[in-house]
Amino acid sequence: MAALSTIGLTAEGAAMLLDARAVSCVELAEAYLRRIDAVDGDLHAFLRTHPEETLARARALDEGGRSGIEGVPIGLKDLFSTRGIETTAGSRILEGFRPIIDADVVEACADAGLISLGKLNMDEFAMGSSTEHSAYGPTRNPWNQALVPGGSSGGSAAAVAAGLAPWSLGTDTGGSIRQPAAFCGIVGLKPTYGAVSRYGVVAFASSLDQVGPFALNVRDVALLLSIIARNDPRDSTNVGLPAPVELPEAEDLKGLRLAVPRDQLDAGVDAGVAALFEATVERCRALGAEVSETTLPHAGHGLAAYYLIAPSEASANLARYDGARYGLRVDAPDVHAMYSETRRAGFGAEVKRRIMIGTYALSAGYFDAYYGQAQRVRTLIRRDFAKAFEQYDALLLPTAPSVAFPFGAKLYDPLAMYANDVFTLPVNLAGLPGLSIPCGLADGLPVGFQIIGPAFSENRLLAIGHALERAIEFDPVPPRILEGRG
Amino acid sequence: MSWEAVIGLEIHVQLRTETKMFCRCPNRYGDPPNTNVCAVCLAHPGMLPVANRVAVDQALRVGLALGCRIPARSKWDRKNYFYPDSPKAYQISQYDEPLCAEGSFTGVRITRAHLEEDAAKTIHIGGGDGRIAGSGASIVDFNRCGTPLLEIVTEPDLRGGAEARRFLTLLRATIVATGASDCDLEKGSLRVDANVSVRRSGDEELGVKCELKNMNSFRFIERGIAAEIRRQAALLEAGEPVLQATLHYDPASDSLSVLRTKEEADDYRYFAEPDLVPVEPSPAHLEALAAALPELPLVRMDRLRAAHGLPDATAESLALTPGLADYFEELAALAGDARAAANWVMGEFSAHLNASGSDPHASTVTPARLAGLIALVAEGAVSSTGAKQVFAAMIDDPADAAALTERLGLGQVGDTDALGAIVDEVLAASPAEVAAYRGGKVQLIGFFTGQVMKASGGRADPKAVQSLLRERLGG
Amino acid sequence: MAHYDSAMALSDSDVRHVARLARLGLHEDEVAPLRAELETILQHVSAIAELDLAGVPVTSHPLELVNVLADDIPIACATRDDALANAPDRAGDGFRVPPIGA
Repeated sequence: MAALSTIGLTAEGAAMLLDARAVSCVELAEAYLRRIDAVDGDLHAFLRTHPEETLARARALDEGGRSGIEGVPIGLKDLFSTRGIETTAGSRILEGFRPIIDADVVEACADAGLISLGKLNMDEFAMGSSTEHSAYGPTRNPWNQALVPGGSSGGSAAAVAAGLAPWSLGTDTGGSIRQPAAFCGIVGLKPTYGAVSRYGVVAFASSLDQVGPFALNVRDVALLLSIIARNDPRDSTNVGLPAPVELPEAEDLKGLRLAVPRDQLDAGVDAGVAALFEATVERCRALGAEVSETTLPHAGHGLAAYYLIAPSEASANLARYDGARYGLRVDAPDVHAMYSETRRAGFGAEVKRRIMIGTYALSAGYFDAYYGQAQRVRTLIRRDFAKAFEQYDALLLPTAPSVAFPFGAKLYDPLAMYANDVFTLPVNLAGLPGLSIPCGLADGLPVGFQIIGPAFSENRLLAIGHALERAIEFDPVPPRILEGRG
Repeated sequence: MSWEAVIGLEIHVQLRTETKMFCRCPNRYGDPPNTNVCAVCLAHPGMLPVANRVAVDQALRVGLALGCRIPARSKWDRKNYFYPDSPKAYQISQYDEPLCAEGSFTGVRITRAHLEEDAAKTIHIGGGDGRIAGSGASIVDFNRCGTPLLEIVTEPDLRGGAEARRFLTLLRATIVATGASDCDLEKGSLRVDANVSVRRSGDEELGVKCELKNMNSFRFIERGIAAEIRRQAALLEAGEPVLQATLHYDPASDSLSVLRTKEEADDYRYFAEPDLVPVEPSPAHLEALAAALPELPLVRMDRLRAAHGLPDATAESLALTPGLADYFEELAALAGDARAAANWVMGEFSAHLNASGSDPHASTVTPARLAGLIALVAEGAVSSTGAKQVFAAMIDDPADAAALTERLGLGQVGDTDALGAIVDEVLAASPAEVAAYRGGKVQLIGFFTGQVMKASGGRADPKAVQSLLRERLGG
Repeated sequence: MAHYDSAMALSDSDVRHVARLARLGLHEDEVAPLRAELETILQHVSAIAELDLAGVPVTSHPLELVNVLADDIPIACATRDDALANAPDRAGDGFRVPPIGA
């Protein structure tokens, strides 16, 4: 047969090819592995693949029989523990670490018959918005290789956008799914806190981290959510979803009350992004939604609260990387020197910065002014959202204030990098679901449109996203790929 | 000058559960190193704690037994510190909202009792005497890591080593009675740190406190505290300051050595553990736990005192050994004489248990058999001295007390004629002593009594003997 | 917006102290540049330190769950080989680390 092209192939589409016996599971997996071989040298979306395991799984499904979504490949952010397969979280300190368990989401994918292609690049310990903080080198944006793909789940987004995987999983602590989805022109969902198990997901900030899907369209995102959102007794903060995920069919937004928290846009939005955002809001009206304006009076403090809470939790979560039981060790004459030298050598600059900020914010004498105050701000932001959702079904915001930026543009200016999360992180602070869909191109680069709902309103967000996606007709395949360049 | 010691205790109790506090590895002592471990208690990346329901209940039982208030809500916190025995580099503990709040036990105020996880065990190798400093390396065994631990903190209400020892003895018996722990100091399932300070008698303000760590018996705790009080008092007496320090007590030399001085305050950066959710025990659940508690030692002590008229010391020591107290109560009921029952249980019976190492209820000397012996003594059918011989025989001979008394020829010689003949013989054999007695050495009555008892083979009733002697000697 | 100046003033010794608490092995020539970076960040986040939030409860968790407790039933542990497989310095049955030091 003619070589199968994975470009623009959705997971549902791949399953149809398998159902029709147009390809076998092995052929499908080989097509993705070939594509990775061909372009990932430049793109660097994957940190590693494991073709033998991939093909063995595919062969087993071909031999044992398959149905539904079984046999469709997937890419996994390197933050997910994979038993026996190196898991680094993008850090030197975990180089060579082979987990002895699978994360629940990894198990869930395997249970559903999905086949892992490999581990995807990311900012070290998910701290960053560009993947430039990966210890193993950055991932490039498939739309323009001089630009970042966003982060921290940049590898997960770039892989899907470039046809290296039909879909993928990432994590979102302050925007790490939605922002790279926006930068790479694909769909990304940050589920409600507690919907997906964090068991085996290398922790960044425990009260904010949530696993979610990336895909080329909203239906695939819904399908992957239905696989990973389940109740796991190994995560005390996990509750699953209250109702099964519905594959979205909506073609319009009739009867929905939507609102734009206008005060949030004061933070500054690039003109191209702003124009597409307003056009998409208009499109919501055209699709039958009632769109109003509202405010989130305390969300403006979200950035400060986030950059205290996340580093504080991270400072404790990353304390276990001490060279004693796994990962990197730098030898020293006594154990405390061993810890210090190991952590000095093993962590990158951004991780160290955040550990320093977090340690400082939790330390005696500063706790109340920093961490305690940030937790109170968090309460106010939750209340802001709760109040808005008394009146509205969902809120609309840009996903990020800009399109993808060039390498190095914000690398040495942490505050500028942090500011990229201004529209996403209040959603994490409140524990809410947020969906980013591409809404068009500004200067040839994709722009993300964010739909935020009350806790556990995933089905509503997916329905809105689906209707909008049908109307927008965004083509997620970067032109340079269509032209055969990458 | 007179000095007063002020002592507060921090007591760590490993709780009895099947599994660890935050993972489902076995909570078992003595297994080969690193066999009861998993990705959670090894602190692998991405691992999450899930709190043990039974550990929470065990902690609540202890809290209820210590008269603690159980707040409607408690939460978990991270206590951050780097050490090889702490794989996450934080311990999950409870900082400002403990499971059990203020209580009171034997008049000592309990500040709080909170749940946490035990640390791993480090073995120091390759460096001389095995003490930490200067050793070649440490080997870490994570089996103990994550064992449920209840930390009980008292107010500084104790005033001396002996008082601390008595408090701990009662506390241990109480916790053991709840079933929450075996409180075995040797296995480390009970560990005690003491904060000791000394002040001028009558002063309100507390002195500088030192912490005594890792004392592995109640006797050493008593002696360690006493030694520390002497040390601090001597410093103050000499006008020297007491420096805050953590100390180790060496029982062999009865001396204290400094483990570390407090140069700067620890900064544990406590914050709410985001991987766990609060615990809110319902009133109904607490009621059910309280109702299911057995009679606790302090309650039993009061009841033994009130119901049986036992002296404090006897009541306390019985209450501390529930099996013996059960035996006593059964015996007292059968014998109808609590005082005699207590004397037998605390005396001969305890000695027999110690010698044979058996449980009270496993002893061949059942309460019914011992009650039979008590009845014989009460009837005057055997002397108390003879009864001890009968008791000794009962241990290996299933015959009843009366038969054994008969067989051993210990039936008491009570009739005056037979006894009179023996008395006459004794007096006839000791003319010099008789003369001396009549000359005023009346204390010789003891000598004559002894001679008569001897001649009767111990079967004479000493009261009857003395009265006959006085009669014959014209005293 | 005014800044919470007293809280953000960071000294080199603060930086050394925090690095020591976090075991980050900071070299002396790295202290001053890191202090400047941290000050910039703290200056920004300090804006919330001066908000009057008396009476506002803290949120340490987005979900209002309570009493998530597991039954006390053992689940198979890791094998010792699995447990020790990643050890940088395995010593027989255990993990070897350098001495704890004085």
